[in-house]
Amino acid sequence: MKTLRPSINLGRVVESRLFVPVLALSVILLFDLVFVRGFFNLEMKDGHLYGSLIDILRNSAPTVVLAIGMTLVIATGGVDLSVGAIMAIAGSVACILIDPRIVGLNLQGNITAVVGDPTYSFAPIPVVILLSLLAAVACGLWNGLLVSFGRIQPMVATLILMIAGRGIAQLITNSIKIIIFNDSFAYIGNGFIVLPFSLFIVVALFVGAWLLTRRTAIGLFVESVGISFRASLYSGINEKMIKLFAYAFCGFCAGVAGLISVSSIRTSDANQIGLYTELDAILAVVIGGTLLGTGGRFSLLGSVIGGLVIQATQTSMYAIGVAASAITAVKAVMVISVILLYSQQVQDLVRKGAGRLGRKQAAA
Amino acid sequence: MADPATDIVVMESIDKSFPGVHALQKVNFALARGEIHALVGENGAGKSTLIKILTGAERPDSGTIALDGAQVTIRSPLHAQSLGISTVYQEVNLCPNLTVAENLLIGRQPTKRGHVDWSAVNARAREILRGLDIEIDVTRPLGSYSIAIQQMAAIARALVISSAKVLVLDEPTSSLTVHETQQLFRVMRKLKGEGISIVFITHFLDQVYEVSDRVTVLRNGALVGTYETVGLPRLTLITLMLGRSLTELDDITRHKAESSQHIGTDSLLEADGIGLVGSMAPFDLVLHAGEVVGLAGLLGSGRTEMAQLLFGIDKPTTGSLTMDGKPVRKFSPIGSIERGVALCPEDRKADGIVADLTVRENIIMAMQASRGWFRHLSTGEQYRIADTYIKLLKIATPSADQPIRNLSGGNQQKVILARWLATKPRLLILDEPTRGIDVGTKADIQKLVLSLAEEGMSCVFISSELEEVLRTSHRIVVLRDRAKVTEFPGDVDDQAIMRVIAESEA
Repeated sequence: MKTLRPSINLGRVVESRLFVPVLALSVILLFDLVFVRGFFNLEMKDGHLYGSLIDILRNSAPTVVLAIGMTLVIATGGVDLSVGAIMAIAGSVACILIDPRIVGLNLQGNITAVVGDPTYSFAPIPVVILLSLLAAVACGLWNGLLVSFGRIQPMVATLILMIAGRGIAQLITNSIKIIIFNDSFAYIGNGFIVLPFSLFIVVALFVGAWLLTRRTAIGLFVESVGISFRASLYSGINEKMIKLFAYAFCGFCAGVAGLISVSSIRTSDANQIGLYTELDAILAVVIGGTLLGTGGRFSLLGSVIGGLVIQATQTSMYAIGVAASAITAVKAVMVISVILLYSQQVQDLVRKGAGRLGRKQAAA
Repeated sequence: MADPATDIVVMESIDKSFPGVHALQKVNFALARGEIHALVGENGAGKSTLIKILTGAERPDSGTIALDGAQVTIRSPLHAQSLGISTVYQEVNLCPNLTVAENLLIGRQPTKRGHVDWSAVNARAREILRGLDIEIDVTRPLGSYSIAIQQMAAIARALVISSAKVLVLDEPTSSLTVHETQQLFRVMRKLKGEGISIVFITHFLDQVYEVSDRVTVLRNGALVGTYETVGLPRLTLITLMLGRSLTELDDITRHKAESSQHIGTDSLLEADGIGLVGSMAPFDLVLHAGEVVGLAGLLGSGRTEMAQLLFGIDKPTTGSLTMDGKPVRKFSPIGSIERGVALCPEDRKADGIVADLTVRENIIMAMQASRGWFRHLSTGEQYRIADTYIKLLKIATPSADQPIRNLSGGNQQKVILARWLATKPRLLILDEPTRGIDVGTKADIQKLVLSLAEEGMSCVFISSELEEVLRTSHRIVVLRDRAKVTEFPGDVDDQAIMRVIAESEA
């Protein structure tokens, strides 16, 4: 009897670092192919591409951006719970710089006359972006200082900003929701160059992060510090600076995510921007194969796919009519499946199963 | 061959492969009732794998295990325990902050009316330990006792919880003093008298002869043979372990005499009264290029502390350090690397290897650290450097991309050595570079140290084995109670050093 022998490399495929994220994404897309009519349809309207796939890509942008930064932090053996709050802070800074009048900081002009003016911005948009990102990096540095020099547990250290950050964001805008009429700023989250503009930001950030970690020694040092900070210390690696860098970069990414979010909804709402996104970001990194808690080897691409998996799941659930409130249950199932897939015991089982299959086929 | 009347455990044709390594090749092993059976071999010979299979931590790819004449499949360490096979590892796996009694009886405390009867717990613990001739206060935390006592508590627990018939001791003596080792041997002999079979893994050949009845030799994953210890000449045993004879040791001695002619006259590094409060008393030390200086002393005598001060892990609280006549200001590993000082740390697992990284990455780490974040070594350069040292140090690894955790202890040590040699140091501090390493690799490392010295490198050599310090060092510094006591020239005899080390204890 002639048999196929697909099991030869099964072990290697299972061990590949992108196995779980790619598998997860394939499962969801397969689900959509079967259950959601027209899911893969793409439409060209006014030079823009539309479709569920495009929606997923666009809506996943903040999560993916956060996940890229979170990957480095988790790889050093830490975690950053404050990214959602940092998004809110960056968003508030951007809004107040675009339109400070409403808060009473600069009330010389006639408010009603300029409300709705799509060209008005108090500070030039590049300055707005720069200062927002600086604020986010400062937040990241604060986390990094607490973790590396303060030797505080990452979870506790970043919890401080997670809780305090939204208060700070409220203070910045004096608890007022600022509506943004400026079209240039709104372009960040709403613009299109055939594909949504935010996608280009994501790609640029991914490529930048990849170059920064893999074309310098930073990636190696981050992994090394995560696996054994003492051995890294003895080898002359400045583990404190590496951790500081990771948190600062994570803060930067949170700032970018915050700008995308605020821009796409055109409102600063310190209580809503980035709410619970830290959990999505962490989940994306975990799906991507970077180990939470122990750190070490990381995969930026894995985290990006992880972010897509989360968004794809969410979009698919909405598409088949699952209530928004029930989405968390679906996420819970996803978390459990992913954790099981990564557990050593399950992997051993799979490997053994693959081996047995291989032997059976060899015998047949 | 297998006789259930005399043999309690019979392992036949055990075969096991790991990615890139054929760890065991059809190995047979039989353990008789009431014997102490030593298991010896170089690093990577397959001792650990064989033991892991016996204790259920790994499953064999093929082969059979019979216990008391019946075929068994050992599913897990817990299952092994329930079958009466208990293991005590080198690192004690108990809770140091619980009392001795709690450690012994945790999970099976005697109860009275539903709550734990603590006086009964303590009485029972005392009774168990008395059975091993150990009289200690069982209500004190386990961590307050020596490693030896902790190890014996671990043995006692193994006996209590599983009524063990087979006891596996994996390098139990590697961190024990001579006296403590004797104490452990007494317990082992007592257990043997009670009919318990003991598998004893060690790197110390003296101990093999002292305590074991039979010895099984493994080499490169294959069984060499099982022998009666009494009738086996030591030289034969070493030859069996290595597969070659050891005239190399003579070479090293000759090598040392030759290299001593190359010692420079100018000082390379000068320590002037440097010390660290609470860690190391102030000391003076001068190191010359081309010189190997050995540090001798007991565990905890301050050898490691001295090494760390010279390397700059800690900033000294007193005194000053001068290198090339210039005062040292930057006390940090990276400062040391820039000065050309390297340290192979004592605790290889915690401070040396980065387990999940590849051999290549482990080798280039320190060199990359000295170049900073942005002057990145290209992958091509990394491979070139890694391959050079893999060849030079004969590191046994399937490839430079193998995670270092898959290598045996000796090869891991060589990788750490390579990491530092790649930084082209002028002073190399080796803290216990040969601990837990087989005889052959030991000789390799000693020879390497001397050839490096000949090329002008200065070297500080730390080892618990006095013989080894004597063989390699041109000058010997003796430490005791975290202070430098005296210096000897390299041709001093070991008796003189031991007298100095022992003085305070008399």
